Amino acid sequence: MSDTLEASVDVPAEPQTAAPNSGREGRSEAPPKGARLRMESRKLNFSYGPKQALWDISLQIPEKTVTAFIGPSGCGKSTYLRCLNRMNDIIPDTRVEGEVLLDGSDIYGPGTDVVDLRRRVGMVFQKSNPFPKSIFDNVAYGLRINGLCARSEIPGRVEKALRRSALWEEVKDRLDTSAMGLSGGQQQRLCIARALAVEPEVLLMDEPCSALDPIATTKVEELIHELKVDFTIVIVTHNMQQAARVSESTAFFMLGRLVEHDRTEKIFTNPGQKITEDYITGRFG
Amino acid sequence: MNRTARRKFVSGLVVLLCGLAVVVALVPLFFVFAYVLQKGFSSLNWDFFTKMPKPVGESGGGMANAMLGTLYLIAIASVLAIPVGVIAGVYLSEYGKKPFGSLVRFTADVLNGVPSIVIGIFAYGLAVLPVKHFSALAGGLALGFMMVPIITRTTEELLNLVPGSLREGSLALGATRARAAFSVMVPAALPGIMTGILVALARIAGETAPLLFTAFNNRFFSARLDQPISSLPVQIYTYAVAPYEDWHRQAWAGALVLVGFVFVFSVLARVVTRRLERMHRT
Repeated sequence: MSDTLEASVDVPAEPQTAAPNSGREGRSEAPPKGARLRMESRKLNFSYGPKQALWDISLQIPEKTVTAFIGPSGCGKSTYLRCLNRMNDIIPDTRVEGEVLLDGSDIYGPGTDVVDLRRRVGMVFQKSNPFPKSIFDNVAYGLRINGLCARSEIPGRVEKALRRSALWEEVKDRLDTSAMGLSGGQQQRLCIARALAVEPEVLLMDEPCSALDPIATTKVEELIHELKVDFTIVIVTHNMQQAARVSESTAFFMLGRLVEHDRTEKIFTNPGQKITEDYITGRFG
Repeated sequence: MNRTARRKFVSGLVVLLCGLAVVVALVPLFFVFAYVLQKGFSSLNWDFFTKMPKPVGESGGGMANAMLGTLYLIAIASVLAIPVGVIAGVYLSEYGKKPFGSLVRFTADVLNGVPSIVIGIFAYGLAVLPVKHFSALAGGLALGFMMVPIITRTTEELLNLVPGSLREGSLALGATRARAAFSVMVPAALPGIMTGILVALARIAGETAPLLFTAFNNRFFSARLDQPISSLPVQIYTYAVAPYEDWHRQAWAGALVLVGFVFVFSVLARVVTRRLERMHRT
């Protein structure tokens, strides 16, 4: 795994040496060296009102890989994920400090258009949330609201997104029926198709399989495996086997802090921190 | 009495009281309906639906103009009130957490409780006094004022019931807040909003007071907005206070038709809601 990543050395937009982990007491290690960075946070602090939820998170997300966030409930991994496309903006009384860079520019900076950001950084939620519309309209939604393509191109784009999410064969004859009639697993893949239709650069997945049965989970995981060829994927999961199966690098969160971030293989076989090992071996959490 | 027996006794008593309350609530309704049916049905005939009123002293004729007028007034009121009510409801649900939102909400509730005669006087001052004559538009305006708060509050409440995850899903695809509200939240709440609108229609269909100084009455039918127009409630009132036996019978028939209108709106509300819900959930 690491070989492929190191082989794909590219000129990083942000030099790897700019990683702010130097002053971080080794808590955050850089992800696999050499991969081009897509997103990066620098000393990100986040609070809900008076309650601080994230402390000094510095983390790098390389391009076209799967990065998994693991950690016990309430550790801040979902909150951090939602900082990456500013979904927390809609929650009143929240405060963000620090930087989150997407291709080198700060998404919390004054020049950022949140709507454009969210098109570039798509999101799939824990509980599938298809709109009460037809299957076709669900996938076409993002294309239509963003005016991304001519009306005549929409059917083709919808088909492409549904094929990419491995749903096409199951729904091609019933595109105009309500999305609410799909099974839970199909609904979640529909939500993935919906997110893919607008061609995001990064896809954030917040425990996408937590409400799915094992077969549907396998399908989504296979999908993630195929999607990382084209997209940068960040996935929050409670399921450590899942993190081990789908991701190249894994970040372990604990009490609002990033404990460590390294190649998945290393995190699961030889973690740098005792506490990570304890969590992974099931001693707590 | 041991505890179990006591508990059973109290439980039975409460069920009995509930049943009694239902009977007390329904009995007057039943009698009103039965009385209107009995008095009105005998005077209903084809002429009543198709003919204009006859001049005083001649018997026969009908209320065709008043029925058409009521539908016309309801249409005017709907065109004015539905967009305002729905959009205001969206505002309250999406952005109404600030103090201004509470003010709007409170105002809507007060407006909902204002006696309809006062609304009529307001519309009179607004749309009749300046032009010095009664008009269908003034009547529609008065009825519209009554519809707005009902529609606003139901829209807000129904939107609040739509899962927030749908809004998030829409925002995550790059929708603006307003876009998310109108393209996802409102369609999801549509069955309920339709019900609210139809309830508002049923409520105003029978209003007399707001029309007395606005739409006034008309022995003929005119589709012009700036002319007085007849309506069932006002026609019923006029006929009921007149000293002619034939008019009294027609007033009863008119009352029956009016009750029928309200009934149809209520049934329609049920049917539309169920149909739309089925479309959404399967």
